Amino acid sequence: MTVAGLAFYLFAISAIIGGFFTVVARNPVHSVLWLILTFLSAAGLFVLLGAEFVAMLLIIVYVGAVMVLFLFVVMMLDVDFAELKAGMAQYLPIALAIGVVLLMQLGIVFGDWAQAPGAEAARAAVTPDGVQNTAALGLLLYDQYFLIFQLAGLILFVAMIGAIVLTLRHRDGVKRQSPFAQMMRDPAKAMELKDVKPGQGL
Amino acid sequence: MTEADLNTILPEIVLSLYAIAALLVAVYSGKDKLAGPLIWITAALMAVLAAWIGFAEPGTHLAFGGMFVDDGFARFAKVVILVSAASVLLMSRDYMMRRGMLKFEYPVLVSLSAVGMMMMVSAGDLMALYMGLELQSLALYVVAAMRRDSLRSTEAGLKYFVLGALSSGLLLYGASLVYGYAGTTLFSGIIDAAGEGQTPIGLLIGLVFVMSGLAFKISAVPFHMWTPDVYEGSPTPVTAFFATAPKMAAMGLFARVLFDAFGGVTQDWSQVLALLSLLSMFLGAIAGVGQTDIKRLMAYSSIAHMGYALMGLAAGTAFGVQAMLVYMAIYVTMSVGTFAFILTMERDGEPVTDMRALNQYAKAEPGRALAMLVLLFSLAGVPPMVGFFGKLYVLRAAYEGGLAWLAIAGVIASVIGAFYYLRIVYYMYFGEEGETLDRGRTSMPWVFLMGSAAVMLLGIFNLFGVEGAAITAAAALVN
Repeated sequence: MTVAGLAFYLFAISAIIGGFFTVVARNPVHSVLWLILTFLSAAGLFVLLGAEFVAMLLIIVYVGAVMVLFLFVVMMLDVDFAELKAGMAQYLPIALAIGVVLLMQLGIVFGDWAQAPGAEAARAAVTPDGVQNTAALGLLLYDQYFLIFQLAGLILFVAMIGAIVLTLRHRDGVKRQSPFAQMMRDPAKAMELKDVKPGQGL
Repeated sequence: MTEADLNTILPEIVLSLYAIAALLVAVYSGKDKLAGPLIWITAALMAVLAAWIGFAEPGTHLAFGGMFVDDGFARFAKVVILVSAASVLLMSRDYMMRRGMLKFEYPVLVSLSAVGMMMMVSAGDLMALYMGLELQSLALYVVAAMRRDSLRSTEAGLKYFVLGALSSGLLLYGASLVYGYAGTTLFSGIIDAAGEGQTPIGLLIGLVFVMSGLAFKISAVPFHMWTPDVYEGSPTPVTAFFATAPKMAAMGLFARVLFDAFGGVTQDWSQVLALLSLLSMFLGAIAGVGQTDIKRLMAYSSIAHMGYALMGLAAGTAFGVQAMLVYMAIYVTMSVGTFAFILTMERDGEPVTDMRALNQYAKAEPGRALAMLVLLFSLAGVPPMVGFFGKLYVLRAAYEGGLAWLAIAGVIASVIGAFYYLRIVYYMYFGEEGETLDRGRTSMPWVFLMGSAAVMLLGIFNLFGVEGAAITAAAALVN
């Protein structure tokens, strides 16, 4: 077995283990940590495929930002996970039944594994010779998939508007700082110097 | 990407840029004070775009390597979407303003959702399909929960969001199977893979998942559970919007996927659609009988109507698509009119949705009651109204497509469903004496109610040319 093959099995197995423990871990913080392991393993698989840029993206964006955010959410929101899981027993039979049906369907699909002719060739997206991985990705995103890329932007825009519409509340009677008003204040008008005579007061 | 590509999607670009500009202007100036004028501007822009798209040169244009298809079918659907969205915006302006619900984000979100719908009916690729669908849905989730101080509205928004996410998951799962077996996400590539000889079974399972996801969006049984709660809980203007433009868009997308990507395996999806159609018609007709809330009733009514529209698609022929388009155009017109009426239902300034509040309404407001009577007869499919011809159209398509049993079932369901429409008529004309509703003011909803009722009567002569447009549209899709 080559080193690449060995690395593949290492990353693949740790990805599966990570995914499994994400689901079964009792402590939600542990779940998040296991998920991070899964992402790191997936990043390793991407490196093996020769897609370094995607691998780095996965680590920087998912592990670095999204998962940390998740950790904050899990720690800051006081969610009683034991209570959430209590309802599970009730729905477990239905969930299992659906799971089994899905598994059987997947079995049928893979049992009758036949791809459309030419599917393999149509799916392959190889990096053209002499172009870097990152540059090739950029060419795809901003040329071939320009429309979809822009639509994704619009979707994020809607999400942003939605978050603001649904949560922002303007309260009345709150004193706000206005830097402009502060800077434009004239000391001559704001202050009055009084000469207080000793023993007399104002 | 070339200039020609950008020219093809110019209407979508204009609408998106308008939404962004409107948001910026409103945030930095009048905020909610600008909402009223913004509604007018948005509706006017949508009407202009509808005219622009409607009178565009005929023919099929592909953009972005086939990801975006601008053909007769897409143009027909876009005109219906834009006109209905503009009408709903206009007629809800007064209602929202009086209750202090009108925020400047509302027209912006509706415009962005319209962009998503336009993308949906023009999708030529699984990814473009998903992007359009999400853009549309996300904006709808937000407007459903717009009244955040109302428990019902937030519940409606949350419910719609969670179940919508589930349906998106189903759709994506199906899309990934289709991609895996066909090797491409382009519809033009999938139809090649699905058409030649033995179709891989993975492709068909993927298709079934995609269809489930889409059936959720048009609220066909058994994916309809969210509809009554969301219709009831959302603010009435938002419900009116849900019942019109998004339904047309999802139906258009359904037809687009089935014919553009799976046109070669008609017999495989036709039976699934026939079942969805059968269940929707009967559940819509039977479950509506026990309702007392008029918004819930409209939810069941929309489920039943989607069943009839699906019947046209299930026929799997160009005539079936034509019937579906005509049916949807009629349904959207009827819905706009009916919701214009529901928007004016109020007592002492508070909105009322209980049907029994309509007792003796005809004595107080004979004009409105008569218009509503025409609309309800049309929804039920009583002969002289246009709604009857819509039903006749889909029934004929199903019969000619070899689904005679479905056509017969459709007639039976239609008879059952007529009960609840006629009951409202009964309340209005022969109900018990009781507290009556406020006398409505002559305003925007009145215009749409009367206009829609007039269309139901006058349309029987030539359907205002919709038929000809639908023939062209269906021919563009099925070839």
